[in-house]
Amino acid sequence: MISSTPVTANIQSSLPGAGGMAPLIELNEISHSFGTRPDLAARLAISLKLANPAARVQAVDGVSLAVRRGEVLGLVGESGCGKSTLGRIVAGIVSPTKGSVSWRGKDMKALPPSERREAKLRVQMIFQNPYASLNPRRKAADIVGEAPRVHGLVDGDLGSFVDEQFRRAGLDPALKHRFPHQFSGGQRQRIGIARALAVQPEFLVCDEAVAALDVSIQAQILNLFMDLRERLNLTYLFISHDLGVVEHISDRVAIMYLGRIVEEAPAEEIFARANHPYTQALLAEVPRIETTKRSFAAIKGELPSPLSPPSGCHFHPRCPHAMPRCRTEAPRLKVVAAGHKSACHLNDANV
Amino acid sequence: MNATVLEVRDLRTHFGQAKAVDGVSFSVARGEVLGLVGESGSGKSVTGFSIIGLVDPPGTIVGGQIVFDGRDITSSSREEMRALRGRRMAMIFQDPMMTLNPVLRIDTQMIEAVQAHENVSRADARARARDALGMVGIPSPDERLQAYPHQFSGGMRQRVVIAIALLHRPDFIIADEPTTALDVTIQAQILAEMQKLVAQNNTSLIWITHDLAVVSRLADRIAVMYAGRIVESGPVSDVLARPLHPYTAGLIDSVPSRNQRGERLRQIPGMAPSVARLPTGCAFAPRCARADAMCTQAVPLFPAGPREHRCVHPLPELRV
Repeated sequence: MISSTPVTANIQSSLPGAGGMAPLIELNEISHSFGTRPDLAARLAISLKLANPAARVQAVDGVSLAVRRGEVLGLVGESGCGKSTLGRIVAGIVSPTKGSVSWRGKDMKALPPSERREAKLRVQMIFQNPYASLNPRRKAADIVGEAPRVHGLVDGDLGSFVDEQFRRAGLDPALKHRFPHQFSGGQRQRIGIARALAVQPEFLVCDEAVAALDVSIQAQILNLFMDLRERLNLTYLFISHDLGVVEHISDRVAIMYLGRIVEEAPAEEIFARANHPYTQALLAEVPRIETTKRSFAAIKGELPSPLSPPSGCHFHPRCPHAMPRCRTEAPRLKVVAAGHKSACHLNDANV
Repeated sequence: MNATVLEVRDLRTHFGQAKAVDGVSFSVARGEVLGLVGESGSGKSVTGFSIIGLVDPPGTIVGGQIVFDGRDITSSSREEMRALRGRRMAMIFQDPMMTLNPVLRIDTQMIEAVQAHENVSRADARARARDALGMVGIPSPDERLQAYPHQFSGGMRQRVVIAIALLHRPDFIIADEPTTALDVTIQAQILAEMQKLVAQNNTSLIWITHDLAVVSRLADRIAVMYAGRIVESGPVSDVLARPLHPYTAGLIDSVPSRNQRGERLRQIPGMAPSVARLPTGCAFAPRCARADAMCTQAVPLFPAGPREHRCVHPLPELRV
């Protein structure tokens, strides 16, 4: 706790108008790596120098991020950048290898069990694939009603409670005895939303929640998210690779590249004055409807493997402005304008 | 430039009761890029599969003609189609793992593709394969030829598939959502490659996608499909700037970047009908604000200059 205090203070002081608005959720120096624990034989082999330790994927690398009550934070990145892992850490599904998550200013790990359970219920997650995230053998009503029943959140009749959840997500309660396969993609996503809202959360983690939907259905679901935000005073972490969607729905945007946040700013600011070369490149690639045919110009190279990320700034092999320093030293997130942080050496003393 | 490579006339591909494609007509000129746009279930992929002769049962082409290079290939035998496929026409699929054999090295697969159509030596075929990989921007193609599909990233795998499609410099390529599963930066790379290669070889291209933004930059003409029919087609800039069909307008308006930030998106109410139970008349009428009694009767295609649309109440040319 003590060691994380300066970090907290640092973040808050850099936010504009953060005075009265305490963060609802705060991540302090979160790191998470994936890999198998070596068994006895492997450990023996490693200690005898007969084998190398198995490689671990550093999915999230020292991320600090605060989400204030009532705001929508968009988290953007390409596949494999660790954005989903970070979302799962926020939702409490994955516990980080390093660092701490605070809920309303208190470290989750330090909370008494009953309060921790309560805090976890307040954060719910909506998944990308509405075909994989619903149990195909259970009826829609059971999928939506299970969590509130188990947690004893319903006083009266569970049936009418479930009906209410269905209506809130824009579904006809008459369909509640159907199985997931009898619904369309958009309706299934609504079931996922009804399930998440059934436990009265304050915070929703949406992991690519509209990526699998057709454009016209995507617009319906995005509208639903915005209505719910207003009606239920929800806070969102909105994870997506689609900058158009993120620009539309977010108040603030954080850009992730290979496990690190490279830029963070209010949405208007980042789309008007992107600072980090990666963000600039991403914004240039956003496909928009244009009425003149244009040729595509692409940033070079691919996302490197997170198993062996490049040294220094992870983006340097693809960056058009890379300097020798970028190969050796990882840039830190620094304030470049009010509420705008970027991790790039170019911001230091106009080299 | 203007010679027609492919002409589809009143194509009907049905899966039993489901009329997946029901009366689709269009043509593609040499060197032209046609964007075939629609949402899931609109019949855009089935149209592609019908052209290349890969409709799986129970699907059958029950009517219409597909004329490729002046020849009706609708009733061509399997052998005849096989001689065309891969050599004169090629298809690129959304999932590259569907096209590549996971247990064979890339060189084996590419050499096989060359030798299937041409009587060349293994070494020559290998050289062709290497050149094709280089052409689509794969670094050190000589070494990469010896790799297995799983050793490539998603974007590189899609490049391999594109290289295979280009091996015989076909007259005509159908690309079915080949960049949908890729990240934006990789998508832009692939689109840039495709744009360059198609222009170099004067290849005709049908780009099937749900993404209007991709089509707006890549295609010369666009055809919008809804419930098995083309509801609107024309030069891409005209259609996107001034859509005539309410469905096209609804699609364009649903795109977040076309809306004021933070405002409610202009959504199309309801969802697409099942192609097994289509309403008589305009299939979009139940979701359309402009629909009235006239829309319950069958709607023909109305010509409008270089454009066509299937709506009895088309939108005025000028929209705010």
